[in-house]
Amino acid sequence: MFRKLSIVAFVAALVAAPLPVLAQGKKDSVVMAMALEPPGLDPTNAAAAAIAEVTLYNIYETLTKINEDGSVSPLLAESWTASPDLKTYTFKLRKGVKFHNGEPFNSAAVKFSFERNAAPTSTNKDKSLYQAFEKVEAPDADTVVITVKYGEPNLPFLLGQAGGSIVEPKSAATNVTQPVGTGPYQLGAWAKGSSITLTKWADYRNASAVKLSKVTIRFISDPAAQTAALLSGDVDAFPRVSAQRTIAQFKADPRFTVLVGGSRAKTIVAINHRKKPLDDVRVRRAILAAIDRKAMIDGAVDGFGTPIGSFYVPGALGYVETTGINPYDPEKAKKLLTEAGITTPLELSLKLPPPSYARQGGEIAAAQLAKVGIVAKIENVEWAQWLSQVFAGNGPHNFDLTIVSHVEPFDLVKITEPDYYLGYNNEKFNALYKQIVSTPDEAARAKLLGDAQRMLATDAVSAYLYQPQLITITSKKLKGVWKDVPQYENDFSTWHWE
Amino acid sequence: MSVFVLRRLLTLLATLVGASLIIFLVLDALPGNAAQMLMGADASPDAVRALTVKLGLDQPLAVRYLQWIKGLVVGDLGNSYVYGTPVASLIAERLVLTIPLAIMAMTITVTLALSAGIYTAANHNKLGDVGVMSLTQVGIALPNFWFAILLVLLFAVRLQWLSAGGFAGWEDGIWLGVKSLLLPAISLAVVQAAILARVTRSAVLEVLREDFVRTARAKGLGKREVLWSHVLRNAMIPVMTVMGLQFANLLAGTIVIENVFYLPGLGRLIFQSIANRDLIVVRNCVMLLAAMVVIVNFVVDVLYAFIDPRIKVHDL
Repeated sequence: MFRKLSIVAFVAALVAAPLPVLAQGKKDSVVMAMALEPPGLDPTNAAAAAIAEVTLYNIYETLTKINEDGSVSPLLAESWTASPDLKTYTFKLRKGVKFHNGEPFNSAAVKFSFERNAAPTSTNKDKSLYQAFEKVEAPDADTVVITVKYGEPNLPFLLGQAGGSIVEPKSAATNVTQPVGTGPYQLGAWAKGSSITLTKWADYRNASAVKLSKVTIRFISDPAAQTAALLSGDVDAFPRVSAQRTIAQFKADPRFTVLVGGSRAKTIVAINHRKKPLDDVRVRRAILAAIDRKAMIDGAVDGFGTPIGSFYVPGALGYVETTGINPYDPEKAKKLLTEAGITTPLELSLKLPPPSYARQGGEIAAAQLAKVGIVAKIENVEWAQWLSQVFAGNGPHNFDLTIVSHVEPFDLVKITEPDYYLGYNNEKFNALYKQIVSTPDEAARAKLLGDAQRMLATDAVSAYLYQPQLITITSKKLKGVWKDVPQYENDFSTWHWE
Repeated sequence: MSVFVLRRLLTLLATLVGASLIIFLVLDALPGNAAQMLMGADASPDAVRALTVKLGLDQPLAVRYLQWIKGLVVGDLGNSYVYGTPVASLIAERLVLTIPLAIMAMTITVTLALSAGIYTAANHNKLGDVGVMSLTQVGIALPNFWFAILLVLLFAVRLQWLSAGGFAGWEDGIWLGVKSLLLPAISLAVVQAAILARVTRSAVLEVLREDFVRTARAKGLGKREVLWSHVLRNAMIPVMTVMGLQFANLLAGTIVIENVFYLPGLGRLIFQSIANRDLIVVRNCVMLLAAMVVIVNFVVDVLYAFIDPRIKVHDL
């Protein structure tokens, strides 16, 4: 009897106990969640996208800012001009800006940041960009002149990425755990494995425009847990949530806003040109003809993707439609294989990294390839294995096929790198790329970019599948959250409660 | 007795040294390296090389092993490759959650299992026995992550009594911390309790068949007194063994539940660190777990001697 009573009392206590302060209802703070925890908070020394998602434009600022639509606007630089050959850029810096630790922001800090990114010991993900700077000059406190070894039309965009975060010389070494920047937020607390709290910096130059005084970022990787966290009201916003399967539920629920936006990512079946018979363009075309993009999009990402025909996405300068160059046609695929003198079944390895787009997409690709006589042997690998065995420039490039999503915007340059994992190494393409970056006129450049896309599609460099669409779910009353994400970041200065 | 303890200690030490060697070599054989992983797919090979040197991963195997052992002895576990903070504090932050969770889950397990086990044994082959035993069958068959999701759907999404996950910490009051661990502890306990209940039942039943039980009954003791004062104590040896294993399992084997409730526990630290190739964290965590298992076993051995004084005579 006593035991029964105590159970009743216990349940009653649960019901009566004050609820933990729920996320909703507070007007100046927000609880956001993301799948992965960042490894440290210095975006200039590691590449993980999670670092940028927390820090970019929040803790650190860059000279330029990349907007929701991919356009570039001034941030720490007030304006800039480029020389006609696109090799020399002059940036005029914003005056009166300070770092969190009180040090002034000036051309010396910019010069320091960029030279640090290019140093031999630098681990910046865009190290090659900063090493391509011939010199960074600071003629006066508010002016920075950058001379690039080649013409770089996208420099203002590239400097708006997390790798270009401006750091303060004295505190740079400890940014991993104690970040110091010029942004509207400072690190409040970091409960490792659980959450990061950012607090508004009272001395920010435009503090009154920043509405949220506290942002808590939780890390929830399991898709079911992500859905539950939103439904229970534990989190107010979940950018890039894995809710493809539960989206109907959120759309029907009046408590939520569902945003589906484009990315600059490209999901592809990468083909290793270094392996025979994949160096034969006919075999690669056969692989493309065997794969039905529509089925891949439906099966691997529940329909959240836009088909692409090359290493370039709709919305970027000079985009052309190339999905028709090697369309889905299993009969043609068989013919191409016969033409190339391939005796079927042709066995190829298909290495799949952990994300579900790759694992599920791999099953579908294998089934489709089987229909034309190509036996794809699926091998599931971890990211660490994938990076070292498949991708690493100095690695063995040990794969025939793999599925991966490249999230970097404007990364055509990678294809020209001799040790890139695809092994395309086409002199004609490299020459075309050089011509693109040395063409200052935008219309002329767009035309050349179209040629580049057609060349990649015609040469069947990879089986280009789709541009993934990203889902963001927020509480209905939370406004200012971006729908489109040209790069992975969250600009909390625009977020506010209605 | 002191010889016994000394011998046990030596075995313990040898086990730990062996474990450290195996842990180090196995982790070293894993394909992929931390520097490449940290830098990600888009990093330049040059940057990866720079980081490799920075992390000391270019040193020979034996040097790295000895450095680690030296660190273990002086209590310096080194810095995480990923977070850049001391491994010891990383682990300590996780234990603040993992140990209370394991204790809560174990308390629920033991309470449920002993009551169910003793009840069913005492009512052998009656309706109550069959009913409860069918329930334990279901409990064992139940995947705990699925049960956890059901709990979340009921208590967090529908009733909104508890949060769907996360750990509130202990700073804002013990109750908030306990509350955030309640659903995970229950989901963990259900399966464990079902197993332990079955073990308890069969252990009690076995002892009930012994001659001394008949003798006790013959000299006029009631069923209840025999059960509580004679049978239980003798039935505890296998139960204790399983409990020891379960506790060790709860310290590290909760990764799935930690994922469902996004709790920053030890299991998830290990899992993430393996994925990140943060091997310095992995090997220290695994070493800690190995040490814990050895110690739990040691404690169980000592408890045997308490329960059954005859065990002291047979040198373990």
